[in-house]
Amino acid sequence: MEHTEHILSYGKLTAVWVALLVLTAATIMVTRFELGVWKVWAALAIASVKSGLVIAFFMHMKYEPRLFRIILFVALFTLAGFIGGTFFDVLYR
Amino acid sequence: MSQDTAMAQGGFWRDTGRSGIGSWIFSTDHKRIGMMYLYCVLSFFLVGVVLGFLIRLELIAPGPTIVTAQTYNALFTVHGVVMIFLFIIPGIPASFGNLVLPIQLGARDVAFPRVNLLSWWLYAIGAVIVLVSLFTGGGAPDTGWTFYVPFSARTSTNVSLAVFGVFVLGFSSILTGINFITTIHRMRAPGMTWTRLPLFTWSLYATAWVQVLATPIIAITLLLVVTERILGLGLFDPNRGGDPVMYQHMFWIYSHPAVYIMILPGMGVISDIIPVFSRKPIFGYKMIAFSSLAIAAAGSAVWGHHMYTSGMSDLGVLVFSFLTFIVAIPSAIKVFNWVSTMYKGSISLEAPMLFALSFILLFSIGGLSGLILGAAATDIHVHDTHFVVGHFHYVMFGGTGFAFFAAAHYWLPKYYGRRYKEKPAIFGWILMFVGFNVMYFTMQVLGMEGMPRRYYDYLPEFARLNFVATVGSWILVAGIVIVVWNLWRGLFRGEPFTGNPWGGATLEWSIATPPPTENFDEDPVVTHGPYEFKGAGIP
Amino acid sequence: MSHAEKDSFGAKLGMWLFLFTEMLLFGGVFILYSVYLTRYPKEFGLGGHQLDLVFGATNTVVLLTSSLFAAMSVTAIKRGAKQLTLGLLSGTIGCALIFLFIKYLEWSAKFHHGIYPNSPKLIAGPPGESIFFSLYYLSTGLHGIHVIIGGILMTWTAVMVQKGILNSADNVTLENVTLYWHLVDLVWIFIFPLYYLIL
Repeated sequence: MEHTEHILSYGKLTAVWVALLVLTAATIMVTRFELGVWKVWAALAIASVKSGLVIAFFMHMKYEPRLFRIILFVALFTLAGFIGGTFFDVLYR
Repeated sequence: MSQDTAMAQGGFWRDTGRSGIGSWIFSTDHKRIGMMYLYCVLSFFLVGVVLGFLIRLELIAPGPTIVTAQTYNALFTVHGVVMIFLFIIPGIPASFGNLVLPIQLGARDVAFPRVNLLSWWLYAIGAVIVLVSLFTGGGAPDTGWTFYVPFSARTSTNVSLAVFGVFVLGFSSILTGINFITTIHRMRAPGMTWTRLPLFTWSLYATAWVQVLATPIIAITLLLVVTERILGLGLFDPNRGGDPVMYQHMFWIYSHPAVYIMILPGMGVISDIIPVFSRKPIFGYKMIAFSSLAIAAAGSAVWGHHMYTSGMSDLGVLVFSFLTFIVAIPSAIKVFNWVSTMYKGSISLEAPMLFALSFILLFSIGGLSGLILGAAATDIHVHDTHFVVGHFHYVMFGGTGFAFFAAAHYWLPKYYGRRYKEKPAIFGWILMFVGFNVMYFTMQVLGMEGMPRRYYDYLPEFARLNFVATVGSWILVAGIVIVVWNLWRGLFRGEPFTGNPWGGATLEWSIATPPPTENFDEDPVVTHGPYEFKGAGIP
Repeated sequence: MSHAEKDSFGAKLGMWLFLFTEMLLFGGVFILYSVYLTRYPKEFGLGGHQLDLVFGATNTVVLLTSSLFAAMSVTAIKRGAKQLTLGLLSGTIGCALIFLFIKYLEWSAKFHHGIYPNSPKLIAGPPGESIFFSLYYLSTGLHGIHVIIGGILMTWTAVMVQKGILNSADNVTLENVTLYWHLVDLVWIFIFPLYYLIL
């Protein structure tokens, strides 16, 4: 159960930060184009990648035991279920 | 409690650094916190019973009888708020969960004892805020416990404060949930594998997940009601483009899973009591444990069945109706397994077992009437009638309420070192069981005949059955009074209770009575399952 | 395991569970946002164009940087660099203050233009626009409260580091507070495109 502690180097953290800034610039650029509804999905996709980076490295999720990833998935799945269930009503009213 | 009785009892009652009330309200001992919860929830239960009694008394005959229409609206609102948020949600998990869970795991306390104390404080503060809201501002809320917009955004009664109190109570519930999940993951004694967890603990685990994942949604929803009233955000106001049905969605996204916060621990209690009083290992251990998780998961996806008549889309009605039926499967698995456990068992009908048996019957009636409500076609007929009131009292009171008393008769002697008298307990149980059915079954019939819920007045043709239901409420209250009085007297002045008279094989029966502050003299090593009665050193 | 020794695994598990509740709290707002976006795409687009992209983008960079400092402070304390840890925590708190100041400028500009909850301008405007700005104030307001709480927690942690209560051996409290801070950042990662950029 116990695991050896993993310490992230400053260099790696800075690299993640640079990636996050690049992705922020990318979101702004993408949403300048006329993509219609796809804009929402593009922005959400980039935001998901960004949050993935934050969770994996800044929040150490990549180095935590599997239990943490399972319960994170359960939480996100639950939220997705709440949104999805609502849309069965809202989209087809 | 008086000083001398506490001294006589020893164990965790006496062994503490502080003295006086500070040794309770600042204690991080899970047993003391559990006791504080127990006294609080039991007090609020009795308050709720009085309010419910008054509602029934008002309905004894058509037209005004004992209170005005506005008072009646406040009565059913406050009865709902007190019973739901102050009694039944914290009821079993926070009181018996705190008392029993760490000991069942072989731990000395929960994972975060100070957070546990904070959780009780938040509960106490939330309760005070709710109580204050009844007597200040524009008077007690009159919206029903569901606080539906647009009425809750407009009524002049003191909704904002009451809703804020419930928000604080939600915080308390979340912290208890976090604590229990972490405790079960981290504090199990050596040898206490996942398949050796007592089923009460399993049910608390499933409950805790619902508490953690669903409660935040009610928090934001209630905040929205407050901001709607104070800032006028207009998010649920059709004039400004808002959608009141979205309030119902968000309210029930929490409040439907919340009914599983209420019932799952009750099911856990029953799963622990039935094998002990049948002297037989539980039938289908893994399926009962798994069905708790399945109920928690499936129960989180069925909130729409409260909204068939709200103007929801037809596809939404279809999907939620279908999902609702799925919840019946794990619930039925539990019922079948309890009954199978008793088959050819050596059943002893003592007070905890009688409450447990009535739980199975009443919960089954409630569950089956739930299917009538879950099916969209029949629901349209009985929606918002007394049938619904009868249904949820069968599952909530007949289920969780009876499980609460089963747990009280099963575990409390262990914690007090004294026991109640058996005969008054059984007599009180009979009155409760009879009164309960006279009252709530009649309500279901009334609902079928079309009597709406929450109405102050009704047509003359409903008069006779309403009279019967009110008489039922008198019998039920008489039973409750006898049971509570018998417990109270027995636990403080009754015969000494020592050892393991019922022959339970879970860890709480292996330690001293009452449990010492540290629970275990030395860290236990678990070598057998929770329901392996043979070879567990049981007399 | 003995009950006396500190269980940092358990502490982190508890913190993550708490973060889930925060995610679902903001998730509730997200449900409302997504429903109203599908109902009023045009009004949401018009509303989004009225928000100041420069303020939004600057705040994004500020928060990402604060998150970097927070993550680095965990590395620093584990390597035993106390002064560096304190410096990085101050950096995080500084970024939080800058964020709140920019937020203040942004909100006052909006108020100045008569755009605030229940304002006559919004009541007179199209229904969807009022919804958009109500959601905007709700999300950013709720997020702002979390920034304030996070800043206070960071300050408290810095004091504990200064006193040596948190050190290279015992630092799970610092880790948990930074986890909370990253959550605040995560929420903003979604708020920024959804309000400032979309449509």
